[in-house]
Amino acid sequence: MTGVPILSILLAVPMLGAVACLLVPAGAARWIALGATLLDLLLGILLWSQYQIGGPQWQFVEYSRAFGPFAWALGIDGIALMLIMLSLFLMPICILASWESVTRRVPEYMAAFLAMETMMLGVFMAQDIFLFYIFFEAGLIPMYLIIGIWGGAERIYASYKFFLYTLLGSVLMLIAMLWMVNFTGGDTYIPHLLATDFPRQAQTWLWLAFFASFAVKMPMWPVHTWLPDAHVQAPTAGSVILAGVLLKLGGYGFVRFSLPMFPEASAQLVWIVFGLSLVAIVYTSLVALVQRDMKKLIAYSSVAHMAFVTIGIFTFNRQGIEGALVVMLSHGLVSGALFLCVGVIYDRLHTREIDRYGGLSNNMPAYAVLFLLFTMASVGLPGTGGFVGEFLALIGSYRASSLVAFVATTGIILGAAYMLYLYWRVAYGTSRNADAAAMPDLTLRELVSLGSIAAVVLWMGVYPESFLAPMRQDVGLLLARVERAAPPGDAALVRSAHAAPAPAEGAHH
Amino acid sequence: MTVQLIVFLPLLAAIVAGLGNRMIGNFAAKLVTTGALFVSLALSWPIFLGFMAGTEHSQLHPVLAWIHSGDLHVDWALRVDALTSVMLVVVTTVSALVHLYSWGYMAEDDSQPRFFAYLSLFTFAMLMLVTADNLVQMFFGWEGVGLASYLLIGFWYYKPSANAAAMKAFIVNRVGDFGFSLGIFGTFLVFGTVSIPAILAAAPGMAGSTIGFLGHRADTMTLLCILLFIGAMGKSAQLGLHTWLPDAMEGPTPVSALIHAATMVTAGVFMVCRLSPMFETSATATGLVIFVGAATALFAATVGTVQNDIKRVIAYSTCSQLGYMFMAAGVGAYGAAMFHLFTHAFFKALLFLGAGSVIHAMHHEQDMRFYGGLRKQIPLTFWAMMAGTLAITGVGVEGVFGFAGFYSKDAIIEAAYAHGSTLGGFAFAVGVFAALLTSFYSWRLIFLTFFGKPRWAASEHIQHALHDAHGEHHDERPDAEDAGHDTRPHEAHADEIPTGTGGYHPHESPWTMLVPLGLLSIGAIFAGMVFAHWFIEPESAPHFWAGSLAFSHELAERAHQAPLLVKLAPAIVMIIGFLIALQAYVRSTDMPRRFVEQFGLLYAFLYNKWYFDEAYDVLFVRPAVWLGRLFWKKGDEGTIDRFGPDGAAAIVRGGNVLTARLQTGYLYTYALVMLLGLAAAVTWVMAR
Repeated sequence: MTGVPILSILLAVPMLGAVACLLVPAGAARWIALGATLLDLLLGILLWSQYQIGGPQWQFVEYSRAFGPFAWALGIDGIALMLIMLSLFLMPICILASWESVTRRVPEYMAAFLAMETMMLGVFMAQDIFLFYIFFEAGLIPMYLIIGIWGGAERIYASYKFFLYTLLGSVLMLIAMLWMVNFTGGDTYIPHLLATDFPRQAQTWLWLAFFASFAVKMPMWPVHTWLPDAHVQAPTAGSVILAGVLLKLGGYGFVRFSLPMFPEASAQLVWIVFGLSLVAIVYTSLVALVQRDMKKLIAYSSVAHMAFVTIGIFTFNRQGIEGALVVMLSHGLVSGALFLCVGVIYDRLHTREIDRYGGLSNNMPAYAVLFLLFTMASVGLPGTGGFVGEFLALIGSYRASSLVAFVATTGIILGAAYMLYLYWRVAYGTSRNADAAAMPDLTLRELVSLGSIAAVVLWMGVYPESFLAPMRQDVGLLLARVERAAPPGDAALVRSAHAAPAPAEGAHH
Repeated sequence: MTVQLIVFLPLLAAIVAGLGNRMIGNFAAKLVTTGALFVSLALSWPIFLGFMAGTEHSQLHPVLAWIHSGDLHVDWALRVDALTSVMLVVVTTVSALVHLYSWGYMAEDDSQPRFFAYLSLFTFAMLMLVTADNLVQMFFGWEGVGLASYLLIGFWYYKPSANAAAMKAFIVNRVGDFGFSLGIFGTFLVFGTVSIPAILAAAPGMAGSTIGFLGHRADTMTLLCILLFIGAMGKSAQLGLHTWLPDAMEGPTPVSALIHAATMVTAGVFMVCRLSPMFETSATATGLVIFVGAATALFAATVGTVQNDIKRVIAYSTCSQLGYMFMAAGVGAYGAAMFHLFTHAFFKALLFLGAGSVIHAMHHEQDMRFYGGLRKQIPLTFWAMMAGTLAITGVGVEGVFGFAGFYSKDAIIEAAYAHGSTLGGFAFAVGVFAALLTSFYSWRLIFLTFFGKPRWAASEHIQHALHDAHGEHHDERPDAEDAGHDTRPHEAHADEIPTGTGGYHPHESPWTMLVPLGLLSIGAIFAGMVFAHWFIEPESAPHFWAGSLAFSHELAERAHQAPLLVKLAPAIVMIIGFLIALQAYVRSTDMPRRFVEQFGLLYAFLYNKWYFDEAYDVLFVRPAVWLGRLFWKKGDEGTIDRFGPDGAAAIVRGGNVLTARLQTGYLYTYALVMLLGLAAAVTWVMAR
């Protein structure tokens, strides 16, 4: 494999596909898009198979100073690999989801999606900090177009919100990046920056600047309000990518930048992360409980789930971080699948109003089964990927703080409440409307999309080792970097001086 | 290989029946699932008998790696020891019989493959729970049975009441899981492992240590045990987290027998017994177990005395009996707790399936006020129910013969007495009083159902059946409109309902339903006498349990030598309860009505289940919805958006030039800002 710039090829395939799409009519554009994403997925599988677990930290490295001041520097570690696989896996499904539902300006739509794939993959591959920035920000432009052009009635307001939030964070992050590059004397190479110890004072400001950007992307409370609107207005496939991959950019940023580059600041400001995350879990779960729009409900649930990610990352221990990473993967799949589930019935009835549905178990049994599976994965039922991530993140959070674990664990109660309430209203009960009762069950195309996600969700739940193993070494390196700053937990186990088991009253020996 | 087959055959069958569904048809689905369960059953008993004979030893079968993260190692594995072997036979026996019973009971349902798939899925999850070698796999089984329970309670998903009950069951259980989860997290923090044998070995060394929790110092073992026990309370419907169990009766009756009587609800008791060496390190935690168990036994028994729905009476009875089991575990008589779990599984499954047979015969009427005189029409069901009632009320003569409950319940009451503490005394008093109530409500059920004159004519279900008699195919499914109970006056008493058969002829159930009743009757009659030797006898039980639970020989010995009055107390109150029921429901049937007139408030308090549901609605459900609305409308929209993006837009709108640019093409603005930023960055770097 050496010598073949596989990462560049992975980036080029969708980009070329995007250009090709613009040159052909709608029918051909669909097939080109599907072909390009499937080819990229195959290349991705090849990449995963060639990735050496326990090998060098950065693999498939490419470096070229072809672009002047910043370099075309690519390379991946296990964490990036898993997120790349997630993106590659979801893309063909998104194309399939848009197959019939998008009828207007199809070539442009497909081109936007393919361009976005390149940008998203670029974020996970970039090893030059400015290259990272370009991918990170430019990836939002196609999403912006997708919402603004192919979105619902309120799409202008939604894209305005999306724009405003992201802009604010990006500017601050860019300033921080410039300061860092200046500090290192012009070194933009991320692995070098990762090994740089920034002064304590500066760390705080840098951390906050990065936090502003990543918190919006996550999104964390209280900068989350763009997400429900964006989801509601976006077409189905847009929602899938938004929830499945774009929300993971924030988490990836925390793992790649905030934590290893500014360990002291992370430890010092961890209370901000924990505080906002705990508010998010309780607050957005309760808000989700009273939603009448399906997409809004799932969007709010995403905010709550992402809070497990932020908590997990900042626990400074292995279970927490690995848990956060698995939550990112499983949430990417599960929320993507849930948005697909909404899309399936939206395509049939053109409403997201929960009350218009009901009793779908009758006329759409296959749909009801898959929807149930994803509902259960969302509430973290053991045996699904949702459990593994949530469990690890929470067990890690308990090591960091019992209070955080205590409040965060209430999420498993609230999560069950809003998801089961949704499922009840959609799939159980009697059909409230004749048109809802007449909806046909899943088509083969929908069945393949949802079925393949279901298979991976179960795989991740039963044998998560496949996903944990590639990331293990990288989490270890991360921990080695931050452990000097790791705050102690509040457990402080004190063994009794004379460890004599002497239960006083009620003893019977 | 045997153990793997026992556990995974039901899963395989569930997948075949569930995915095959209409493609393979009713018969194939039923055959596959029921067949798999009987194979599991046939493989389980030899293991149990092997442990009784002393030829089997604890064994561990690794299956697959699961979650490995640093020092956290969780693997799929199947552990079988004496404690597990008891659960294996309980689960596979009741499940196999319930599968068979459902052939008859569900014969006219149109989604039978789905039903049998759920039943088998449940059995698989339950088997994973009882064979767990670590807490996380136990949690997997725990949640798996919860899922199956949710699906089966809501099996008739077109009934709103069934959906509400299913959701309530899942969420109330999640409250328990909240405690269980924190317990697992804390256990891992303290012991550095989730492997049950390793934790149990290290637990005594942790006694007396303290740990920080929510800003306070707490005794480590007390904290962990209480957290784990909260999980057990949810699953086993103990006071406070019991509200889901009576509602769970919305599910088909075979489900009630299997899940909500014999197996799943006993998982909490199993968990406490499995972790008994851990609980033994904290007197505070065991004290709490005693208290909660006793309170539940009392509460549920009082409520059970006034319910009219036959299944609800048995549900409260189950709740109360689970309280007994926790009482036993709390006082340290884990053998007695498991023994009662074992015998209860047979007689309670029998009572539920018997009730199902009555309901089947009465065309889905569940209100006992519309029964009466059924002894002659369905004699086999009657005798099966009699066996169950004799077993639960604990009829027997010391040293001669007793029905199942005689041995197991009396063992608990004696152990509570022998515990010697104040709490033990409390548990003893409650145990005796609840035994009186048990006898009363059990005989009340028998008398109202099988004795007296028929009161069928007034039943809407029966009316329905009579009018439908000429129709070709009447829907056996209890549909939503027909739930009828609410339309009737709650205050009506059996003696006020007009008697008469209305020309209806109840039929005895088919053989598929009667065979399980017969086999369970054998269990209800003999399980106590035959197995007491291995479960609770001070000399032989330690050899049987072989360390799989903390068996206190000394406590068993003391319980054995309890004073005669203590030993006779359950029998005395049992007879009193029987006599009161006889007087009230056979001899002078207007007595209940007079009682209600005199003690209206007490009756209302009991009839409304101590108003738990109402209180929870006010305390939790409404505030949650209210807060959700508040956060959404006032928080997100009224504050964050108002002062955030909307506010920014308003400000920008002030300056006209910017507005125009933003409104027409903020996309380009965005791209521009980004590019400008980049240009600045590049220049800066280049200029250096």
